[in-house]
Amino acid sequence: MRPDQEIIQRWIEPGSRVLDLGCGDGALLAYLQREKGVHAVGLEIDPQNIEQCLASGVAVIEQNLNQGLSNFETGSFDTVLLAQTLQALANPAELVQEMLRIGKNGIVTFPNFGNWRSRLDLLLRGRMPVSEFMPHQWYDTPNIHFCTVRDFDVLCRDANIDVLARTVVNSRHEGSWAMKAWPNFLGEVAIYHLTREPA
Amino acid sequence: MNKENDQNSVGLVEPQRYRFYDPLILRSGKELPAYELMVETYGELNADRSNAVLICHALSGDHHAAGYHNEDDRKPGWWDTCIGPGKAIDTDLFHVVCLNNLGGCGGSTGPVSLNPETGKHYGPDFPIITVRDWVNSQVQLMDRLGIEKWAAVIGGSLGGMQVLRWAISYPERLHHAVAIAAAPKLSAQNIAFNEVARQSITNDPDFHDGHYLEHGVHPKHGLMLARMVGHITYLSDSAMRAKFGKAVEGLQSQKGNFGRDLRTGSLSFGFNVDFEVESYLRYQGEQFSEKFDANTYLLMTKALDYFDPSVDYEGDLSRAFAKSGCRFLLVSFSTDWRFPPDRSRELVDQLLRAGKQVSYLEIEADQGHDAFLLPIPRYVNALSAYLGNAHREICGDAS
Repeated sequence: MRPDQEIIQRWIEPGSRVLDLGCGDGALLAYLQREKGVHAVGLEIDPQNIEQCLASGVAVIEQNLNQGLSNFETGSFDTVLLAQTLQALANPAELVQEMLRIGKNGIVTFPNFGNWRSRLDLLLRGRMPVSEFMPHQWYDTPNIHFCTVRDFDVLCRDANIDVLARTVVNSRHEGSWAMKAWPNFLGEVAIYHLTREPA
Repeated sequence: MNKENDQNSVGLVEPQRYRFYDPLILRSGKELPAYELMVETYGELNADRSNAVLICHALSGDHHAAGYHNEDDRKPGWWDTCIGPGKAIDTDLFHVVCLNNLGGCGGSTGPVSLNPETGKHYGPDFPIITVRDWVNSQVQLMDRLGIEKWAAVIGGSLGGMQVLRWAISYPERLHHAVAIAAAPKLSAQNIAFNEVARQSITNDPDFHDGHYLEHGVHPKHGLMLARMVGHITYLSDSAMRAKFGKAVEGLQSQKGNFGRDLRTGSLSFGFNVDFEVESYLRYQGEQFSEKFDANTYLLMTKALDYFDPSVDYEGDLSRAFAKSGCRFLLVSFSTDWRFPPDRSRELVDQLLRAGKQVSYLEIEADQGHDAFLLPIPRYVNALSAYLGNAHREICGDAS
């Protein structure tokens, strides 16, 4: 299990209904099924990942997130996950709204572009950041919508989304008091637990 | 028998005939007082009888899904690509059961059987059978075989519709429903093609209102036409271009051939067979018309046309699945225009609405509807991965 998934799983209620958008090889859902008895469904487009999901007994639907989620009914899941996928979406803001229509709550994780290393790369080298956590060059990256912790905070505020919890970690997924104090500067991965503000 | 494939083949198989004496009440209100089912099985049934898998056949299939009937057989059963030791439906793991459906012409009770009331062939008097009736008869077979719950019910096309019916009508009697290249119901276009097929059969002068066997003939040309039009709907434009566009010399260069290979290399300027595709369709139609029964073909097309499990639920298919306790795997193929990916996605959406755990794959494949019978790696591997996990979950690692 990826370390950000280790944090995510703590926010999942046992026996709940979980939809994972871009579920990868299904490792997290397999774990949640086994350990928490959740009713899990994943969406994925990569054939290898899909086959791995099937081999692990994870229900997986071949569906492109950029074509929307209109086939999912409002309130049909408890938690909708979007882990390390936000930055690769054509329309991330719309998808976050959709997550919170389909689920009672949502969990979003993304690489924080506001991290000091990214800032330093641009400031000192004048180059787009490439790091262990964001390994792609600008021309071959699937990540087309990078954002910072502060950017995402603004999106949540503007879209009337309640942030139930926010945590940032480094690429080894360790947190610290310093990261808590300066999340947008020190955090490499941002993890948000969201719900819709009551109207 | 193809020797080089022997290690992956179930080898020589022998069909079994099961006779049922309890009447089967049909959807139409009619009943079959007694009937027989022809069945083949492959792989051992395990001690707790938990590893049984049911294979449902499509329009022209039968009980002979895998292996060979004798040493001289040139072709194996209709789904030999997927059924066998080490194959996607692994006979080292599963006890695979396949039957010829009622109304068929593979040995189960159907139009060519003798009607005990008249002593003559049923012919056109054989009652219309629906998918629901088939599944009801399959339950009788299941009970006879002493199987409590299928590990999986698997089928493509019309077979996939039987899978869906299983999940709806017998929700507690299967762990997994695997419906490949299926649809929630036929569209007007699907029904239209079936109607052309039926018209070509019933208008054949040798049809004799379905009593052709009593006249010692059969409507060969009608059946041939029906198969030809059906066959076109099983292929895709791209598959036909590839299949009939191999010649370098011909009307055009290979590059822009469009699948227009000529039979003899030149045009006849007559109404003869000019193109390979014409010759192929005629051959396929003829082969089929030799071995298939016309009344069965009519019945099968009606079973397709009538299939719509949402009718009992005011058109809301998701409600039909409300009680289904199984997990679902659906697969579609990109160039299938008979039951295109959109039909499978509609099924996925209804299953999601019903809150079911469903997996869905859309396989890139040029071969059209026929793809479900072909060894397309991504498809076969996915099926294998899914069933491998199902076996581990249901039967444990030990068996």
